[in-house]
Amino acid sequence: MAANSVAITEYLEIDLEAERWHCRRCGHDIGPARENYKEGLLVYERDPREIHRPILDDTKYEFTYAPDPSWCRIIEFYCPSCGTMVENEYLPPGHPLTRDIELDIDQLKQRHAQGEAK
Amino acid sequence: MGGDQEKSVIEKFLEDNVLFLGPDPEIMESHQMAPVSARETEAMAAFNNPDQVNLVRHKLQTACNESFDMVEQMGAAPGAKWGDLISGVWTAQGDLAMASMGGVLIFSVLTQHPVKFILKYWKDDPTVGIRPGDIFMHNDARYGNIHNTDQSLIIPVFHEGELICFTGAIVHEGENGACEPGGMPSAAESPFDEGLKMSPFKVGENYEFRRDIMTFLQNSVREPKLQLEGMKSKLFAAMRMESRVRDAIEEYGVQAVIATLRKTLLDTEQETRRRLSTWPDGIVRTNLFADGTLRENCLIKIRCELEKRGDELIIDFRGSSPEFLNRANNTVLASLKGMLAQEFLSFVWPDLPRNQAVFAPIKLRTDKRSALHCSPDAPNAQSMMTFFPSFTAVQIAVPKFLYSAGHRATDVIAGWYNMIVTFIYGGVNQYGELVGNVCADLNGMGGAARWNRDGEHSIAPIFAPMADIGEQELIEEEVPLIKIVPHRLMRDANGFGKFRGGHGYQQIATMKDSSMWGFMCCSIGSKFPTTMGIFGGYAPGCYPLCKVRGVNVFEEMEDNRDLLRFTVEEIMNEQPFPGGRYTTHHMGLQLEFAQPGELYMITQGSGGGYGDVLEREPEAVAREYLDELISMNTVNNIYHVVLDAESGAVDQAATAARRQAERDKRKRLGKPYKEFVKSWETEHPPEHLPYYGSWKDKALIYRGSRHDTCPADAIVPVMMRDPKDVRIEQLEAELTALRAQGKG
Repeated sequence: MAANSVAITEYLEIDLEAERWHCRRCGHDIGPARENYKEGLLVYERDPREIHRPILDDTKYEFTYAPDPSWCRIIEFYCPSCGTMVENEYLPPGHPLTRDIELDIDQLKQRHAQGEAK
Repeated sequence: MGGDQEKSVIEKFLEDNVLFLGPDPEIMESHQMAPVSARETEAMAAFNNPDQVNLVRHKLQTACNESFDMVEQMGAAPGAKWGDLISGVWTAQGDLAMASMGGVLIFSVLTQHPVKFILKYWKDDPTVGIRPGDIFMHNDARYGNIHNTDQSLIIPVFHEGELICFTGAIVHEGENGACEPGGMPSAAESPFDEGLKMSPFKVGENYEFRRDIMTFLQNSVREPKLQLEGMKSKLFAAMRMESRVRDAIEEYGVQAVIATLRKTLLDTEQETRRRLSTWPDGIVRTNLFADGTLRENCLIKIRCELEKRGDELIIDFRGSSPEFLNRANNTVLASLKGMLAQEFLSFVWPDLPRNQAVFAPIKLRTDKRSALHCSPDAPNAQSMMTFFPSFTAVQIAVPKFLYSAGHRATDVIAGWYNMIVTFIYGGVNQYGELVGNVCADLNGMGGAARWNRDGEHSIAPIFAPMADIGEQELIEEEVPLIKIVPHRLMRDANGFGKFRGGHGYQQIATMKDSSMWGFMCCSIGSKFPTTMGIFGGYAPGCYPLCKVRGVNVFEEMEDNRDLLRFTVEEIMNEQPFPGGRYTTHHMGLQLEFAQPGELYMITQGSGGGYGDVLEREPEAVAREYLDELISMNTVNNIYHVVLDAESGAVDQAATAARRQAERDKRKRLGKPYKEFVKSWETEHPPEHLPYYGSWKDKALIYRGSRHDTCPADAIVPVMMRDPKDVRIEQLEAELTALRAQGKG
């Protein structure tokens, strides 16, 4: 990680000088730090049963330990360079995606300059 | 006489003739401490040596912990035995200044309301008053605390005629005379179905309970002996704390106690603000979806936005689901605050003192008459069904501030499991006594993954860092509830990730030797996961209630022990007991009477995962496979690890190749954001979903259908139909169709 970067999550950092989101695994430039980082990622809609398999026989039972795919979908966000799954969301079909992080970049820069941020 | 003079006469008449003292919004909607009084200022000026303050603080803290232990040891309620309580000291103005370190920390910021009610309405009322030796009680959540299965007992502490503080305890007592046994009725359709509702009131004088009131209370519940015993244990704990306060006064002087209580609150708020100021400024958002009311499945949106500026945090839940007027899953605003305080006291700053000042720098925004800020007209016995998901919404948002914060007292963590997967029971026990209560298995929630390690299996509930699940053998001595499989971990149902959530255990229960015995369950999350992973970690899956009815497994197994299976998966998929009716359901079960040997099966949940599954150490995957915690399907298709099925030996090269192939596949399948949004987002919730809450615009609330909306600032409460009526209607429609077919 560059000296002027701040790690924001396991897979995201902000380069404060360039004001850009970067992938912490491959360094890929994801996009402007003042914008939604998700806009620089690849997005995939997954049937939740692919991850949470029906443990009970789904031909016999309505409730099987798997989420109901008509109620719940998994939206996965990948780094377009290294394919790391940076985030995911569990949403009802068609629900707007969440802009989850919107930091005050000016304050972050100030804190970083004063040596407060990790 | 006319004009202003006439108006003031009318106002005075109305003030003097209040017909009903309902919950006071001024008390209930504020979680702030009372202003520092002149007496406290004087005391803090006189007693200001930090070392001396620390000594008195430790003395009072020890008193709180001691009385906690007393209640835990003396209490007869299952909740008391497992630590579902706190004991504490309130200032003379009613703020909780010190509380026991263990127990249910939710109480830390919502016990002050009944004390403030007593001070505001009863202190100067000639028919009530506050005198040495008085005993006050309370359990109605609309006047404070969480829900009316919890009973609080408070006594004032006087010194030379001056009110110095209050001491007391709050315990999850269980049975409360509601429409269902056990104290948490999911069948309640109004506050009047929820049983005993005690607004703060005086139940005794001179340290003795009034026998007439005690008899009335005992007649109001199904377990009269438990009611008496619970009140006695809380009273003795409060009296022990009172004597410890007197010791402190004798040793250090009365100024010392008054100063220490207030200084502890001020110090705690100051330290909380200091810690918040080390977080980055900005906004973090989450959307969570509760999937039912316990009576039916529906999608209940929890919209959460955290805005941190300087040393303050604003938590904004506007746009969340409307209130359900005839369902018990609504949350009183004060209860919501209590649950959110749990996040900070348990998971973010567990080293801070337990008192209400922890929440002072935090503000909440909610829509009135939403499910998270319900009216007194709405039942709230199962408020956990909305405030637990609200807790999780905050818990998975906080790491996005905390990861880069300057101060961290704990590890960054994913979403803890957040549902009460346990049996509530009611009926006649093997000794012929009527009983009703809850099993302590709710405390076995799976821990969440952290940034550096896996979550613990079935470790602790979200609402108490230290709580016990009880000994099955001891439970069986008291009630006729048998666990054929009590504590076996469930395979493949946890939150996957670089670090995985801890697994939950299976509970396969039945009953024996009772003339009348019923089971209840009260969890959601059978269609939509209730908790989440973070930073690419997955949520755990969903959890159903499974039943095998029409069979007595004790008789079946008498000569055929080979029929017994030890997992829910085997019992339900192999259906070993001939003639049994095998069914699955959501986990909201209203009281259902069982026959001996019928099976009721639930699974304790798992915490969320942390990080990308492709970064999980392959050897850790192999260990879990060998321990039968995950299947080969999960090894192959979730973690993409290649290992030998017999030895668990990992093929590193093949694993690296398979994981690279999976990353390449992601890049191939993933769409650019804007393109995805275009094909994904819809203007309204889908036609087929019973959806409650906002969709795109937080100011517009959906009421179960895309065609039924109301503004967020003028919410129209929802009335749900009886699920049995809905089912009858469906079956009649099917019958009509079949008859028509037959005629055709």
